[in-house]
Amino acid sequence: MNEALRAAVAAGVLGAEEQFRALLQSVVEVARAIFRAKASSIFLLDEEADELVFEAVAGEGSESLIGQRFPSSTGIAGFVLVSRQPLVIEDVLADPRFSRETAESTGFVPKGLMAVPLLHEERALGVLEVLDRPQDERFTLAEMDLLGLFANQAAIALDLLQRARRARAALDGEGDFGVLARVAALLEQRRGEDSQASAFRLLSELERLL
Amino acid sequence: MGAEEEELPAWSLPEEAVERIALPEEWPGEVTRDWAWGEARGAGVRVCVLDSGVEAGHPLVGAVQQSVAISIEGDDVIVEENDTEGDLCGHGTACAGVIRSLAPDCELASVRVLGAGFTGSGSVLLEGLRWAIEQDFDVINMSLSTTKQKFAALLHELADSAYFRRTMLVASAHNMPVESYPWRFSSVISVGSHEQSDPFAYYYNPSPPVEFFARGVDVEVAWNGGGRLVCTGNSFATPHIAGIAALVLSKHPELTPFQLKSVLYLTATNVGKT
Repeated sequence: MNEALRAAVAAGVLGAEEQFRALLQSVVEVARAIFRAKASSIFLLDEEADELVFEAVAGEGSESLIGQRFPSSTGIAGFVLVSRQPLVIEDVLADPRFSRETAESTGFVPKGLMAVPLLHEERALGVLEVLDRPQDERFTLAEMDLLGLFANQAAIALDLLQRARRARAALDGEGDFGVLARVAALLEQRRGEDSQASAFRLLSELERLL
Repeated sequence: MGAEEEELPAWSLPEEAVERIALPEEWPGEVTRDWAWGEARGAGVRVCVLDSGVEAGHPLVGAVQQSVAISIEGDDVIVEENDTEGDLCGHGTACAGVIRSLAPDCELASVRVLGAGFTGSGSVLLEGLRWAIEQDFDVINMSLSTTKQKFAALLHELADSAYFRRTMLVASAHNMPVESYPWRFSSVISVGSHEQSDPFAYYYNPSPPVEFFARGVDVEVAWNGGGRLVCTGNSFATPHIAGIAALVLSKHPELTPFQLKSVLYLTATNVGKT
């Protein structure tokens, strides 16, 4: 089955984008709470535009950040994405060039941040950041491991979100496969009804014909 | 090697050649840190920082002998041999500062492989490493990696060629269970972090692929604009080993990567302790 077809059929039965967004939101909220940080956010890499996009934000900063974009290879998040290396920085104000504009445009300039790449299989999907954990405590490798665990969870959620979007695009598309996705969705809705059984018989015949 | 000398055997060792590969180095009964790098300051050793660029003249970095930027346009690899962009992030400057703090007299070169966008960053990394290996640096610090499987075989070849050309590649390991390269290859030294504050404390890991642990938590590093930051990450543990490798090589320039790795093992904080 080709990608578009697979996505189209999956669209009928997969969860909606909103559910995966809620999952991402939950990841940043838990990360923020566990690290007792002021904020946490997830950036998605938009490969076509070569930009990072705010996908979920918890704490300081606001809903209005969602959807904001910046270049994929600048600032700490950009470095983390490109280098695939997590970084923890205790005083970003000491760096006069570091993404100051980006930080100020969000209305919140952090003092310290942890940033970790979101890796799924061999792809780098985005970056998870946790801003301003309490700085009176020394950072530990156990926290770094914890950050890695959150990153893994966020990467899975981000992958699901991207799949849902591709599926949605296939479903909404005018392309030939859109009809298959709509049929799959209708079949799912009519689970257990007589019309579903009849439809499956019809599809079996169609399969034989092909 | 004088012209009258016969070439050393490369592929096999005939009986009459055995004498010719007698190596002059004297190994002490016990390899101590004093033997390995006592009094050394890294003079004569060329260290390359493959990263986001390096801010030359930073108080913690000092002189940078060469700054090069790698980019790719279409199928062409562009090598800008006089890169004036400095450091696009701060990270390369941080690594260079750690190396300088350990090996104050070493030569530093910067090969910038970041800044051209995310797309194609794997190819730029690969070409930057290829270029650096061709320059015969003694040590290459790579606090970055790629997860792209398609680059793994090429990176492996490059890592092995560095190893045989006497270039020690020192690469950051991942602290997440991730398949990434080149740190997983045995021809490089891979480095993870420990939590201690002694820059000369390093541990050999009996359970590779991460081979050594060095200082990587709450490290005060150089950053852009002459600044300093306190940072944590394997990225900062790696230049500690690169710096110590530069010290060893400045005192024992004859060492191959295999021997250098052995010296690091024998002088590791956890080796030979009961």
